[in-house]
Amino acid sequence: MELKSPVRREDLKRFKAGEIVYVSGEIITARDSAHKRILEYLRKGMDLPFELDGSIIYHCGPLVEEGKVIAAGPTTSARMNDHTKELLNYVESIAIIGKGGMNIDFKGKAIYLAYTGGCGALASKSIKKVKDVHWLDLGMPEAVWVLEVERFPCIVAIDIKGNNIYNEVKKKVEENYRRLMEKI
Amino acid sequence: MLIFKLYKNELMEYEDVVRTVVDLFKRAETELGEDVIKALKFAYENEENEVAKMNLKNILENIEYAKLNKIPICQDTGLPIIFVEIGKDVCLDFDLRSAIIEGVRRATKEVPLRPNAVHPITRENPGDNVGKEMPYISIDIVEGDELKIAVMPKGGGGENCSALKMMLPHDIDKIKRFVVEVVKNAMGKPCPPIFIGLGIGSTFDGCAKLAKKALLRDVTEMNEFEMDILEAVNDLGIGPMGMGGKFTALAVLSEVGYTHTSSLPVAVNIQCWANRRAFAVLR
Repeated sequence: MELKSPVRREDLKRFKAGEIVYVSGEIITARDSAHKRILEYLRKGMDLPFELDGSIIYHCGPLVEEGKVIAAGPTTSARMNDHTKELLNYVESIAIIGKGGMNIDFKGKAIYLAYTGGCGALASKSIKKVKDVHWLDLGMPEAVWVLEVERFPCIVAIDIKGNNIYNEVKKKVEENYRRLMEKI
Repeated sequence: MLIFKLYKNELMEYEDVVRTVVDLFKRAETELGEDVIKALKFAYENEENEVAKMNLKNILENIEYAKLNKIPICQDTGLPIIFVEIGKDVCLDFDLRSAIIEGVRRATKEVPLRPNAVHPITRENPGDNVGKEMPYISIDIVEGDELKIAVMPKGGGGENCSALKMMLPHDIDKIKRFVVEVVKNAMGKPCPPIFIGLGIGSTFDGCAKLAKKALLRDVTEMNEFEMDILEAVNDLGIGPMGMGGKFTALAVLSEVGYTHTSSLPVAVNIQCWANRRAFAVLR
């Protein structure tokens, strides 16, 4: 399956947890500081220098050298839980790429895609171009990079209905653990 | 295993050691050992869960791409950890420790390494991965006339999920339970499939060092005791990246050391799938 930005709510319904999806088109990176600033803008009703609604947000602090992305693996998404919860009040639909999952209610507005942790080199292969960069004053990893990607390989980890692979696995692991502890 | 050999007729110099350390980091960061790749491929071929397979496919492609383009496998280039074995017949007219530290400093610029080392309280970052007690250097004196250097850049995720327990001497049967508990608490955080370094015995600190040193071993060679623990760990079903699957861990590697008659220290050092290390032998 393919996902392209801008994403629309109707479109997001196609994706189910556990499916493999290839992301193409424009994505924007944002980690802790960028999320904080995005919210500051939104609360004041200021215009963002990039389109947020319909965007694909990648939780990533890329290593960029002379305008080229060298490595761009995902960072732990749970740190952005609170920010994302508030951000969702200001958009119709978004898609998020990260690692480790998130524990918030997406209110039917977002899906979460997992990209394999540690695979920073491979990610740079899918990134065809740096289209733009905003807020470089936050530092290279924390700035908002607008990237053009092609067939970026991800897994739908949380779908629009809230089905969450991480929670399902966690439940099973707890069961397995209890059973194991009786045995060993 | 990635092993450099540098044999010289003249005396070994300061610059030889510095260059070797830089080269070792370059190799370790961009290329994984054949044993690690073999273990990851085995997991990929034997995994049935589609999501797990996808994660393993990404990992294998990432390794290949990093090697081909000589770029770091992961943006977390780790903390610099160096194990040295120096033969008692080796003669040096310079300070070995200073040469290794200079090697780390240069590797940070040249590879490049992300400046990960910070002060534990102020979080001040010197920017060159060098500070008090950093890099972590362990030097052992052994038989022979060779200088062996192993570098192991270690990521933060696995290290954060590691644990040590001072068990009681009659708790031998509970070692397996402890390892399983540590891995369960870690879930997907240390980027599984992981490698597990297991230190048993020695002192409180010595035990942790055994666990770390065990991770230098060939990951495809395990004894029955280690295989048994590995099987239990994989029964948890955490899987690659905590998204379910048969392969939560790829190896359990243990080292033992004599301990106090009243003690049983056990340390579990977790290593992410990017089990990066490189070795050099100088004479």
